Amino acid sequence: MSITDTQEEIVNEFSLLEGDQEMSVLYLMELGQKLPAMKEEDKKEQNEVKGCQSRVWLTAEVKHGAVFFSADSNTAITKGLISLLIRVFSGHTPQEILNGEITFPSRIGMDRFIGTQRSNGFAAMIKQMKMYALAFQTRSKIQA
Amino acid sequence: MENVASIGSGIEVEEIRKLFPILHQKINGHDLVYFDNAATTQKPVQVLDALQSYYTGYNANIHRGIHTLAERATTAFEQTRTTAASFLNAGSKEEIIFVRGVTEAINLVASSYGRSKLQKGDEVILSGLEHHSNIVPWQLVAEEKQCHIKVIPVTDTGELDLQAYRGLLNERTRIVSVNHASNSLGTINPVKEIIRLAHQAGAVALIDGAQAAPHLPIDVQDLDCDFYCISGHKMYGPTGVGVLYGKKKILEAMPPYMGGGEMIRQVTFEKTTWNDLPYKFEAGTPNIADVVALKSAFDFISGTGKDAMAQHEHMLLRYATERLSELNGLRVVGNSTNKVSVLSFVIEGIHPFDIGQMLDTRGIAVRTGHHCTQPLMDRMGLEGTVRASFAVYNTRKETDRLVEGLQRVIGFLK
Repeated sequence: MSITDTQEEIVNEFSLLEGDQEMSVLYLMELGQKLPAMKEEDKKEQNEVKGCQSRVWLTAEVKHGAVFFSADSNTAITKGLISLLIRVFSGHTPQEILNGEITFPSRIGMDRFIGTQRSNGFAAMIKQMKMYALAFQTRSKIQA
Repeated sequence: MENVASIGSGIEVEEIRKLFPILHQKINGHDLVYFDNAATTQKPVQVLDALQSYYTGYNANIHRGIHTLAERATTAFEQTRTTAASFLNAGSKEEIIFVRGVTEAINLVASSYGRSKLQKGDEVILSGLEHHSNIVPWQLVAEEKQCHIKVIPVTDTGELDLQAYRGLLNERTRIVSVNHASNSLGTINPVKEIIRLAHQAGAVALIDGAQAAPHLPIDVQDLDCDFYCISGHKMYGPTGVGVLYGKKKILEAMPPYMGGGEMIRQVTFEKTTWNDLPYKFEAGTPNIADVVALKSAFDFISGTGKDAMAQHEHMLLRYATERLSELNGLRVVGNSTNKVSVLSFVIEGIHPFDIGQMLDTRGIAVRTGHHCTQPLMDRMGLEGTVRASFAVYNTRKETDRLVEGLQRVIGFLK
Protein backbone atom coordinates (compact mmCIF):
# COMPACT_ATOMS: atom_id res chain seq x y z
CA MET A 1 0.00 0.00 0.00
CA SER A 2 1.34 3.46 -0.85
CA ILE A 3 2.28 6.02 1.76
CA THR A 4 -0.78 8.04 0.80
CA ASP A 5 -3.12 5.03 0.94
CA THR A 6 -1.92 3.97 4.38
CA GLN A 7 -2.60 7.45 5.64
CA GLU A 8 -6.11 7.31 4.16
CA GLU A 9 -6.64 4.03 5.97
CA ILE A 10 -5.51 5.56 9.28
CA VAL A 11 -7.78 8.56 8.76
CA ASN A 12 -10.73 6.24 8.10
CA GLU A 13 -10.05 4.22 11.24
CA PHE A 14 -9.92 7.30 13.42
CA SER A 15 -13.01 8.76 11.78
CA LEU A 16 -15.02 5.97 13.39
CA LEU A 17 -14.29 7.68 16.73
CA GLU A 18 -16.11 10.80 15.50
CA GLY A 19 -13.55 13.27 16.80
CA ASP A 20 -13.81 12.15 20.41
CA GLN A 21 -10.43 13.29 21.70
CA GLU A 22 -10.26 10.92 24.62
CA MET A 23 -11.21 7.88 22.54
CA SER A 24 -8.72 8.91 19.86
CA VAL A 25 -5.88 9.15 22.35
CA LEU A 26 -6.86 5.82 23.89
CA TYR A 27 -6.94 4.18 20.47
CA LEU A 28 -3.57 5.71 19.68
CA MET A 29 -2.12 4.21 22.86
CA GLU A 30 -3.64 0.86 22.02
CA LEU A 31 -1.90 0.93 18.64
CA GLY A 32 1.34 1.75 20.44
CA GLN A 33 0.95 -1.31 22.64
CA LYS A 34 0.74 -3.47 19.52
CA LEU A 35 4.04 -2.18 18.15
CA PRO A 36 6.50 -5.09 17.94
CA ALA A 37 9.00 -4.90 20.77
CA MET A 38 12.30 -3.27 20.03
CA LYS A 39 15.50 -5.04 20.98
CA GLU A 40 16.60 -3.82 24.40
CA GLU A 41 20.16 -3.28 23.18
CA ASP A 42 18.87 -0.87 20.54
CA LYS A 43 17.51 1.47 23.21
CA LYS A 44 20.73 3.37 23.48
CA GLU A 45 21.59 7.02 23.25
CA GLN A 46 22.75 6.99 19.64
CA ASN A 47 19.31 5.74 18.57
CA GLU A 48 17.42 8.31 20.61
CA VAL A 49 15.25 10.99 19.03
CA LYS A 50 15.12 13.89 21.45
CA GLY A 51 11.78 15.25 22.59
CA CYS A 52 11.42 17.47 25.63
CA GLN A 53 9.32 15.10 27.75
CA SER A 54 9.25 11.72 26.07
CA ARG A 55 12.06 9.55 24.85
CA VAL A 56 11.98 7.73 21.53
CA TRP A 57 14.42 5.18 20.19
CA LEU A 58 14.42 4.51 16.48
CA THR A 59 16.42 2.15 14.26
CA ALA A 60 16.07 1.11 10.64
CA GLU A 61 17.32 -1.58 8.31
CA VAL A 62 17.04 -2.27 4.58
CA LYS A 63 15.76 -5.53 3.17
CA HIS A 64 15.55 -5.99 -0.59
CA GLY A 65 15.60 -2.27 -1.17
CA ALA A 66 12.85 -1.47 1.35
CA VAL A 67 13.35 0.29 4.68
CA PHE A 68 11.96 -1.23 7.89
CA PHE A 69 11.81 0.75 11.11
CA SER A 70 11.77 -0.37 14.70
CA ALA A 71 11.02 1.95 17.61
CA ASP A 72 9.97 2.35 21.21
CA SER A 73 9.10 5.19 23.57
CA ASN A 74 8.76 5.66 27.31
CA THR A 75 5.36 7.32 26.89
CA ALA A 76 2.30 5.53 25.60
CA ILE A 77 1.01 8.33 23.39
CA THR A 78 4.33 8.92 21.69
CA LYS A 79 4.62 5.18 21.13
CA GLY A 80 1.23 5.28 19.44
CA LEU A 81 2.31 8.12 17.18
CA ILE A 82 5.53 6.41 16.19
CA SER A 83 3.64 3.18 15.51
CA LEU A 84 1.54 5.10 12.98
CA LEU A 85 4.63 6.57 11.34
CA ILE A 86 6.13 3.11 11.09
CA ARG A 87 2.95 1.79 9.56
CA VAL A 88 3.09 4.57 6.96
CA PHE A 89 6.79 4.40 6.12
CA SER A 90 7.98 0.85 6.76
CA GLY A 91 8.41 -1.36 3.70
CA HIS A 92 8.92 1.55 1.32
CA THR A 93 11.97 2.48 -0.69
CA PRO A 94 14.19 5.31 0.51
CA GLN A 95 12.98 7.48 -2.37
CA GLU A 96 9.32 6.90 -1.48
CA ILE A 97 10.02 7.80 2.13
CA LEU A 98 11.90 10.93 1.13
CA ASN A 99 9.02 11.99 -1.11
CA GLY A 100 6.35 10.96 1.37
CA GLU A 101 4.35 13.77 2.92
CA ILE A 102 2.88 13.13 6.35
CA THR A 103 -0.68 14.47 6.41
CA PHE A 104 -2.55 12.20 8.81
CA PRO A 105 -1.91 13.84 12.22
CA SER A 106 -4.04 16.93 11.59
CA ARG A 107 -6.69 14.79 9.90
CA ILE A 108 -7.09 12.57 12.97
CA GLY A 109 -7.19 15.55 15.35
CA MET A 110 -3.61 15.03 16.50
CA ASP A 111 -2.20 18.16 14.91
CA ARG A 112 -1.24 19.57 18.29
CA PHE A 113 1.47 16.93 18.36
CA ILE A 114 3.15 18.34 15.28
CA GLY A 115 2.97 22.00 16.20
CA THR A 116 5.71 24.05 17.74
CA GLN A 117 5.44 22.41 21.18
CA ARG A 118 8.66 20.66 21.92
CA SER A 119 7.06 18.11 24.22
CA ASN A 120 7.16 14.94 22.18
CA GLY A 121 9.48 15.56 19.27
CA PHE A 122 7.05 14.28 16.64
CA ALA A 123 8.62 16.43 13.94
CA ALA A 124 12.03 15.13 14.98
CA MET A 125 10.80 11.54 14.51
CA ILE A 126 9.69 12.20 10.94
CA LYS A 127 12.97 13.95 10.23
CA GLN A 128 14.96 11.05 11.66
CA MET A 129 13.05 8.51 9.54
CA LYS A 130 13.81 10.57 6.45
CA MET A 131 17.43 10.80 7.50
CA TYR A 132 17.61 7.01 7.62
CA ALA A 133 16.06 6.85 4.16
CA LEU A 134 18.56 9.37 2.85
CA ALA A 135 21.47 7.49 4.39
CA PHE A 136 20.33 4.20 2.84
CA GLN A 137 19.84 5.84 -0.53
CA THR A 138 23.27 7.44 -0.43
CA ARG A 139 24.85 4.15 0.57
CA SER A 140 23.20 2.24 -2.26
CA LYS A 141 24.28 4.89 -4.77
CA ILE A 142 27.88 4.63 -3.59
CA GLN A 143 27.75 0.86 -3.86
CA ALA A 144 26.19 0.97 -7.30
CA MET B 1 -20.64 24.08 47.34
CA GLU B 2 -18.54 26.91 45.97
CA ASN B 3 -21.62 28.66 44.67
CA VAL B 4 -21.66 30.09 48.14
CA ALA B 5 -18.57 31.53 49.73
CA SER B 6 -15.61 29.19 49.93
CA ILE B 7 -15.59 27.90 53.45
CA GLY B 8 -14.01 30.29 55.87
CA SER B 9 -12.14 32.43 53.38
CA GLY B 10 -14.96 34.76 52.39
CA ILE B 11 -14.03 34.26 48.74
CA GLU B 12 -17.05 34.30 46.41
CA VAL B 13 -15.55 32.08 43.75
CA GLU B 14 -18.39 32.36 41.27
CA GLU B 15 -18.20 36.15 41.46
CA ILE B 16 -14.45 36.05 40.96
CA ARG B 17 -14.79 33.66 38.02
CA LYS B 18 -16.97 36.22 36.24
CA LEU B 19 -13.93 38.51 36.10
CA PHE B 20 -11.94 35.97 34.06
CA PRO B 21 -13.44 35.68 30.55
CA ILE B 22 -10.98 32.98 29.44
CA LEU B 23 -12.30 30.49 31.99
CA HIS B 24 -15.69 30.29 30.33
CA GLN B 25 -14.93 28.12 27.35
CA LYS B 26 -15.03 24.49 26.26
CA ILE B 27 -11.86 22.57 25.57
CA ASN B 28 -12.35 19.31 23.66
CA GLY B 29 -16.04 19.49 24.49
CA HIS B 30 -15.58 19.97 28.24
CA ASP B 31 -15.63 23.05 30.47
CA LEU B 32 -12.05 24.25 30.84
CA VAL B 33 -10.39 23.40 34.14
CA TYR B 34 -7.26 25.52 34.38
CA PHE B 35 -4.78 24.07 36.86
CA ASP B 36 -1.57 25.43 35.35
CA ASN B 37 -1.46 28.56 37.44
CA ALA B 38 2.10 28.15 38.63
CA ALA B 39 3.14 28.50 34.97
CA THR B 40 0.95 31.53 34.39
CA THR B 41 -2.32 32.74 35.83
CA GLN B 42 -5.27 34.03 33.85
CA LYS B 43 -6.03 37.75 33.76
CA PRO B 44 -9.07 39.50 35.21
CA VAL B 45 -11.04 42.05 33.16
CA GLN B 46 -9.47 44.91 35.13
CA VAL B 47 -6.07 43.99 33.68
CA LEU B 48 -7.45 43.50 30.18
CA ASP B 49 -9.31 46.83 30.39
CA ALA B 50 -6.18 48.62 31.57
CA LEU B 51 -4.26 47.38 28.52
CA GLN B 52 -7.09 48.39 26.22
CA SER B 53 -7.52 51.85 27.68
CA TYR B 54 -3.81 52.52 27.63
CA TYR B 55 -3.59 51.82 23.91
CA THR B 56 -6.86 53.49 23.03
CA GLY B 57 -6.52 56.44 25.40
CA TYR B 58 -2.99 57.54 26.22
CA ASN B 59 -0.28 55.54 24.47
CA ALA B 60 2.86 57.72 24.44
CA ASN B 61 6.50 57.40 25.29
CA ILE B 62 7.17 58.26 28.88
CA HIS B 63 9.39 60.50 31.00
CA ARG B 64 10.59 63.08 28.49
CA GLY B 65 7.47 63.91 26.54
CA ILE B 66 6.02 67.34 27.18
CA HIS B 67 2.58 66.73 25.74
CA THR B 68 -0.53 65.61 27.56
CA LEU B 69 -0.55 61.99 26.48
CA ALA B 70 3.08 61.55 27.51
CA GLU B 71 2.28 63.02 30.88
CA ARG B 72 -0.69 60.70 31.36
CA ALA B 73 1.34 57.67 30.35
CA THR B 74 4.20 58.67 32.65
CA THR B 75 1.84 59.19 35.56
CA ALA B 76 0.21 55.78 35.06
CA PHE B 77 3.60 54.09 34.68
CA GLU B 78 4.92 55.66 37.88
CA GLN B 79 1.70 54.85 39.73
CA THR B 80 2.42 51.16 39.17
CA ARG B 81 5.85 51.71 40.71
CA THR B 82 4.25 53.22 43.80
CA THR B 83 1.74 50.37 44.01
CA ALA B 84 4.51 47.78 43.57
CA ALA B 85 6.50 49.43 46.36
CA SER B 86 3.55 49.18 48.69
CA PHE B 87 2.73 45.59 47.55
CA LEU B 88 6.24 44.53 48.58
CA ASN B 89 6.47 47.08 51.40
CA ALA B 90 9.65 48.55 49.93
CA GLY B 91 11.16 51.56 51.68
CA SER B 92 10.93 53.76 48.60
CA LYS B 93 9.82 53.61 44.99
CA GLU B 94 13.39 54.10 43.83
CA GLU B 95 13.97 50.53 44.94
CA ILE B 96 11.47 49.23 42.38
CA ILE B 97 12.92 48.38 38.97
CA PHE B 98 10.71 47.16 36.15
CA VAL B 99 12.01 44.11 34.33
CA ARG B 100 10.49 41.48 32.04
CA GLY B 101 10.13 39.02 34.87
CA VAL B 102 12.06 37.06 37.45
CA THR B 103 14.43 35.61 34.86
CA GLU B 104 15.55 39.05 33.79
CA ALA B 105 15.70 40.25 37.39
CA ILE B 106 18.10 37.48 38.37
CA ASN B 107 20.18 37.99 35.24
CA LEU B 108 20.36 41.67 36.07
CA VAL B 109 21.62 41.03 39.60
CA ALA B 110 23.99 38.24 38.54
CA SER B 111 25.46 40.40 35.76
CA SER B 112 25.62 43.72 37.55
CA TYR B 113 26.12 42.87 41.21
CA GLY B 114 27.73 39.49 40.56
CA ARG B 115 30.28 40.73 38.01
CA SER B 116 31.27 43.72 40.10
CA LYS B 117 31.52 41.94 43.46
CA LEU B 118 32.57 38.36 42.83
CA GLN B 119 36.23 37.46 42.80
CA LYS B 120 38.09 34.25 42.12
CA GLY B 121 37.30 31.62 44.74
CA ASP B 122 34.16 33.34 46.06
CA GLU B 123 31.03 31.28 46.62
CA VAL B 124 27.38 31.62 45.62
CA ILE B 125 24.81 29.52 47.47
CA LEU B 126 21.69 28.31 45.66
CA SER B 127 19.24 25.62 46.66
CA GLY B 128 18.25 22.27 45.19
CA LEU B 129 14.72 23.60 44.75
CA GLU B 130 15.65 26.28 42.23
CA HIS B 131 14.16 26.92 38.82
CA HIS B 132 16.73 26.94 36.02
CA SER B 133 16.34 30.73 35.92
CA ASN B 134 17.91 30.90 39.38
CA ILE B 135 20.73 28.55 38.45
CA VAL B 136 21.96 29.37 34.96
CA PRO B 137 22.58 33.15 35.41
CA TRP B 138 24.81 32.33 38.38
CA GLN B 139 26.64 29.63 36.46
CA LEU B 140 27.41 32.15 33.71
CA VAL B 141 28.94 34.66 36.10
CA ALA B 142 30.59 32.00 38.28
CA GLU B 143 32.39 30.57 35.29
CA GLU B 144 33.60 33.96 34.21
CA LYS B 145 34.78 34.92 37.70
CA GLN B 146 36.02 31.46 38.66
CA CYS B 147 33.65 31.23 41.61
CA HIS B 148 31.99 28.20 43.12
CA ILE B 149 28.31 27.39 43.36
CA LYS B 150 27.18 25.57 46.49
CA VAL B 151 23.76 23.98 46.76
CA ILE B 152 21.53 23.69 49.83
CA PRO B 153 20.33 20.07 49.75
CA VAL B 154 16.66 19.07 49.62
CA THR B 155 15.17 16.56 52.05
CA ASP B 156 12.92 13.65 51.04
CA THR B 157 9.86 15.75 51.90
CA GLY B 158 11.02 18.44 49.50
CA GLU B 159 12.26 20.93 52.09
CA LEU B 160 15.58 22.71 52.39
CA ASP B 161 18.07 21.25 54.85
CA LEU B 162 18.83 24.33 56.94
CA GLN B 163 21.47 22.56 58.99
CA ALA B 164 23.37 21.81 55.81
CA TYR B 165 22.89 25.43 54.73
CA ARG B 166 24.59 26.65 57.90
CA GLY B 167 27.50 24.39 57.04
CA LEU B 168 27.81 25.87 53.55
CA LEU B 169 28.10 29.47 54.73
CA ASN B 170 31.60 30.81 55.23
CA GLU B 171 33.74 33.92 54.72
CA ARG B 172 33.85 33.27 50.96
CA THR B 173 30.06 33.29 50.60
CA ARG B 174 29.05 36.43 48.70
CA ILE B 175 25.53 35.74 47.48
CA VAL B 176 22.68 33.47 48.58
CA SER B 177 19.88 33.12 46.02
CA VAL B 178 16.83 30.96 46.73
CA ASN B 179 13.14 30.93 45.99
CA HIS B 180 10.44 31.91 48.44
CA ALA B 181 8.27 29.03 47.28
CA SER B 182 9.15 26.15 44.96
CA ASN B 183 7.46 26.10 41.56
CA SER B 184 7.75 22.32 41.31
CA LEU B 185 6.69 21.19 44.77
CA GLY B 186 5.12 24.25 46.38
CA THR B 187 7.39 24.18 49.43
CA ILE B 188 7.50 27.53 51.21
CA ASN B 189 11.07 28.15 52.30
CA PRO B 190 12.04 29.80 55.60
CA VAL B 191 13.52 32.75 53.71
CA LYS B 192 13.70 35.10 56.68
CA GLU B 193 16.04 32.72 58.46
CA ILE B 194 17.98 32.04 55.26
CA ILE B 195 18.48 35.78 54.76
CA ARG B 196 19.52 36.34 58.41
CA LEU B 197 22.13 33.61 58.17
CA ALA B 198 23.40 34.94 54.84
CA HIS B 199 23.87 38.38 56.36
CA GLN B 200 25.63 36.89 59.35
CA ALA B 201 28.16 35.42 56.93
CA GLY B 202 28.52 38.78 55.19
CA ALA B 203 26.63 37.76 52.04
CA VAL B 204 23.68 39.37 50.30
CA ALA B 205 20.45 37.47 49.68
CA LEU B 206 18.21 37.40 46.63
CA ILE B 207 14.74 35.89 46.89
CA ASP B 208 12.92 34.61 43.79
CA GLY B 209 9.33 35.42 44.67
CA ALA B 210 7.70 34.24 41.42
CA GLN B 211 5.56 31.63 43.16
CA ALA B 212 5.12 33.55 46.39
CA ALA B 213 3.77 36.79 44.93
CA PRO B 214 0.21 35.61 44.24
CA HIS B 215 -0.09 33.63 47.49
CA LEU B 216 2.01 34.95 50.38
CA PRO B 217 2.29 38.28 52.14
CA ILE B 218 5.59 39.87 51.13
CA ASP B 219 7.36 42.44 53.27
CA VAL B 220 10.85 43.04 51.96
CA GLN B 221 11.77 45.25 54.90
CA ASP B 222 10.73 42.65 57.42
CA LEU B 223 12.51 39.91 55.45
CA ASP B 224 15.51 42.23 55.17
CA CYS B 225 16.34 40.67 51.76
CA ASP B 226 18.73 42.56 49.52
CA PHE B 227 16.87 41.65 46.33
CA TYR B 228 13.37 40.29 45.73
CA CYS B 229 11.83 39.60 42.35
CA ILE B 230 8.39 38.82 41.01
CA SER B 231 6.79 38.13 37.61
CA GLY B 232 3.57 39.90 36.71
CA HIS B 233 2.07 37.08 34.66
CA LYS B 234 2.15 34.64 37.57
CA MET B 235 0.06 37.02 39.68
CA TYR B 236 -2.85 37.84 37.37
CA GLY B 237 -0.88 40.50 35.47
CA PRO B 238 0.32 40.71 31.88
CA THR B 239 3.24 38.74 30.48
CA GLY B 240 6.55 40.46 29.91
CA VAL B 241 6.61 42.55 33.05
CA GLY B 242 7.99 41.98 36.51
CA VAL B 243 9.63 43.78 39.38
CA LEU B 244 13.06 43.68 40.89
CA TYR B 245 13.26 45.14 44.36
CA GLY B 246 16.74 46.01 45.59
CA LYS B 247 17.97 47.84 48.65
CA LYS B 248 18.72 51.39 47.62
CA LYS B 249 22.28 51.41 48.92
CA ILE B 250 23.15 48.25 47.03
CA LEU B 251 21.46 49.34 43.81
CA GLU B 252 23.22 52.69 43.92
CA ALA B 253 26.61 51.00 44.09
CA MET B 254 25.83 48.62 41.22
CA PRO B 255 26.91 49.36 37.65
CA PRO B 256 24.17 49.53 34.99
CA TYR B 257 23.06 46.29 33.37
CA MET B 258 22.15 47.61 29.94
CA GLY B 259 23.02 50.86 28.25
CA GLY B 260 20.72 53.06 26.21
CA GLY B 261 18.16 55.79 26.56
CA GLU B 262 16.36 56.48 29.86
CA MET B 263 19.28 55.29 31.99
CA ILE B 264 21.69 58.13 31.31
CA ARG B 265 22.16 61.61 32.70
CA GLN B 266 24.70 62.98 30.26
CA VAL B 267 26.24 61.37 27.22
CA THR B 268 29.41 62.46 25.50
CA PHE B 269 31.75 60.25 23.57
CA GLU B 270 34.32 60.72 26.31
CA LYS B 271 32.18 59.85 29.30
CA THR B 272 28.58 59.05 30.13
CA THR B 273 27.03 59.54 33.54
CA TRP B 274 24.16 57.46 34.81
CA ASN B 275 20.68 58.49 35.74
CA ASP B 276 19.40 58.09 39.30
CA LEU B 277 17.60 55.03 40.60
CA PRO B 278 15.51 53.31 39.42
CA TYR B 279 16.05 54.64 35.86
CA LYS B 280 19.71 53.61 35.85
CA PHE B 281 18.46 50.04 35.38
CA GLU B 282 15.67 50.77 32.91
CA ALA B 283 17.41 51.33 29.60
CA GLY B 284 15.30 51.92 26.52
CA THR B 285 11.57 52.43 26.17
CA PRO B 286 10.07 50.13 28.77
CA ASN B 287 7.08 47.84 28.43
CA ILE B 288 4.77 50.74 29.26
CA ALA B 289 1.38 49.11 28.57
CA ASP B 290 2.08 46.02 30.61
CA VAL B 291 3.58 48.02 33.47
CA VAL B 292 0.48 50.19 33.50
CA ALA B 293 -1.79 47.12 33.54
CA LEU B 294 0.27 45.45 36.24
CA LYS B 295 -1.16 47.97 38.69
CA SER B 296 -4.60 46.47 38.10
CA ALA B 297 -3.20 43.03 38.98
CA PHE B 298 -1.76 44.36 42.26
CA ASP B 299 -5.10 46.05 42.95
CA PHE B 300 -7.01 42.86 42.13
CA ILE B 301 -4.96 40.91 44.68
CA SER B 302 -5.11 43.61 47.33
CA GLY B 303 -8.81 44.16 46.72
CA THR B 304 -9.65 40.46 46.95
CA GLY B 305 -7.40 40.13 49.96
CA LYS B 306 -4.27 38.04 49.90
CA ASP B 307 -5.18 36.28 53.15
CA ALA B 308 -8.58 35.27 51.84
CA MET B 309 -7.05 34.12 48.56
CA ALA B 310 -4.45 32.07 50.38
CA GLN B 311 -7.12 30.49 52.58
CA HIS B 312 -9.20 29.54 49.58
CA GLU B 313 -6.20 28.11 47.72
CA HIS B 314 -5.11 26.15 50.77
CA MET B 315 -8.58 24.70 51.12
CA LEU B 316 -8.25 23.51 47.51
CA LEU B 317 -4.74 22.18 48.09
CA ARG B 318 -5.84 20.21 51.17
CA TYR B 319 -8.92 18.88 49.44
CA ALA B 320 -7.01 17.89 46.29
CA THR B 321 -4.22 16.28 48.31
CA GLU B 322 -6.75 14.22 50.26
CA ARG B 323 -8.70 13.12 47.22
CA LEU B 324 -5.71 12.39 45.01
CA SER B 325 -3.97 10.42 47.74
CA GLU B 326 -6.85 7.94 47.62
CA LEU B 327 -6.05 7.04 44.01
CA ASN B 328 -4.37 3.76 43.24
CA GLY B 329 -0.62 4.15 42.73
CA LEU B 330 -0.62 7.93 43.07
CA ARG B 331 2.14 9.51 45.12
CA VAL B 332 2.34 13.18 46.04
CA VAL B 333 5.83 14.59 45.52
CA GLY B 334 6.73 17.28 48.04
CA ASN B 335 5.21 16.68 51.44
CA SER B 336 6.11 19.84 53.30
CA THR B 337 3.37 20.96 55.66
CA ASN B 338 4.03 24.48 54.48
CA LYS B 339 3.18 24.79 50.80
CA VAL B 340 1.66 27.23 48.34
CA SER B 341 -1.15 25.75 46.27
CA VAL B 342 1.01 23.51 44.11
CA LEU B 343 0.35 19.77 44.00
CA SER B 344 2.97 17.68 42.26
CA PHE B 345 2.44 13.95 41.85
CA VAL B 346 3.36 10.81 39.97
CA ILE B 347 1.35 7.68 39.25
CA GLU B 348 3.28 4.47 39.31
CA GLY B 349 3.67 2.95 35.85
CA ILE B 350 2.19 5.86 33.90
CA HIS B 351 4.32 8.56 32.32
CA PRO B 352 3.38 12.14 33.33
CA PHE B 353 3.18 13.10 29.65
CA ASP B 354 0.45 10.51 29.04
CA ILE B 355 -1.44 11.67 32.12
CA GLY B 356 -1.28 15.29 30.99
CA GLN B 357 -2.43 14.48 27.46
CA MET B 358 -5.28 12.31 28.71
CA LEU B 359 -6.44 15.04 31.09
CA ASP B 360 -6.32 17.56 28.27
CA THR B 361 -8.79 15.50 26.26
CA ARG B 362 -11.20 16.16 29.14
CA GLY B 363 -10.46 19.90 29.17
CA ILE B 364 -8.16 19.79 32.20
CA ALA B 365 -4.94 21.78 31.92
CA VAL B 366 -2.05 20.64 34.09
CA ARG B 367 1.70 20.80 33.57
CA THR B 368 3.91 17.78 33.15
CA GLY B 369 7.66 17.32 33.00
CA HIS B 370 10.57 18.63 35.00
CA HIS B 371 9.10 22.13 35.46
CA CYS B 372 12.50 23.69 34.64
CA THR B 373 13.94 22.15 37.80
CA GLN B 374 16.01 19.27 36.46
CA PRO B 375 18.41 19.12 39.45
CA LEU B 376 15.41 18.77 41.78
CA MET B 377 13.89 15.99 39.67
CA ASP B 378 17.25 14.18 39.71
CA ARG B 379 17.32 14.56 43.50
CA MET B 380 13.83 13.09 43.78
CA GLY B 381 14.78 10.28 41.39
CA LEU B 382 12.09 11.31 38.89
CA GLU B 383 12.02 12.22 35.23
CA GLY B 384 9.16 14.55 35.92
CA THR B 385 5.84 14.97 37.68
CA VAL B 386 2.31 16.06 36.94
CA ARG B 387 1.64 19.40 38.56
CA ALA B 388 -1.75 20.86 39.39
CA SER B 389 -1.53 24.40 40.74
CA PHE B 390 -4.49 26.34 42.04
CA ALA B 391 -5.51 29.98 41.84
CA VAL B 392 -8.24 31.99 43.48
CA TYR B 393 -10.73 31.21 40.68
CA ASN B 394 -10.46 27.43 41.02
CA THR B 395 -13.17 25.38 42.71
CA ARG B 396 -13.70 22.12 44.54
CA LYS B 397 -15.88 20.96 41.68
CA GLU B 398 -12.93 21.40 39.32
CA THR B 399 -10.79 19.38 41.69
CA ASP B 400 -13.41 16.62 41.49
CA ARG B 401 -13.08 16.77 37.70
CA LEU B 402 -9.33 16.23 38.07
CA VAL B 403 -9.93 13.23 40.31
CA GLU B 404 -12.42 11.75 37.82
CA GLY B 405 -9.98 12.33 34.98
CA LEU B 406 -7.18 10.63 36.88
CA GLN B 407 -9.45 7.72 37.75
CA ARG B 408 -10.05 7.20 34.05
CA VAL B 409 -6.37 7.46 33.22
CA ILE B 410 -5.59 4.87 35.87
CA GLY B 411 -8.45 2.67 34.72
CA PHE B 412 -7.22 2.68 31.13
CA LEU B 413 -3.50 2.56 31.63
CA LYS B 414 -2.83 0.50 34.70
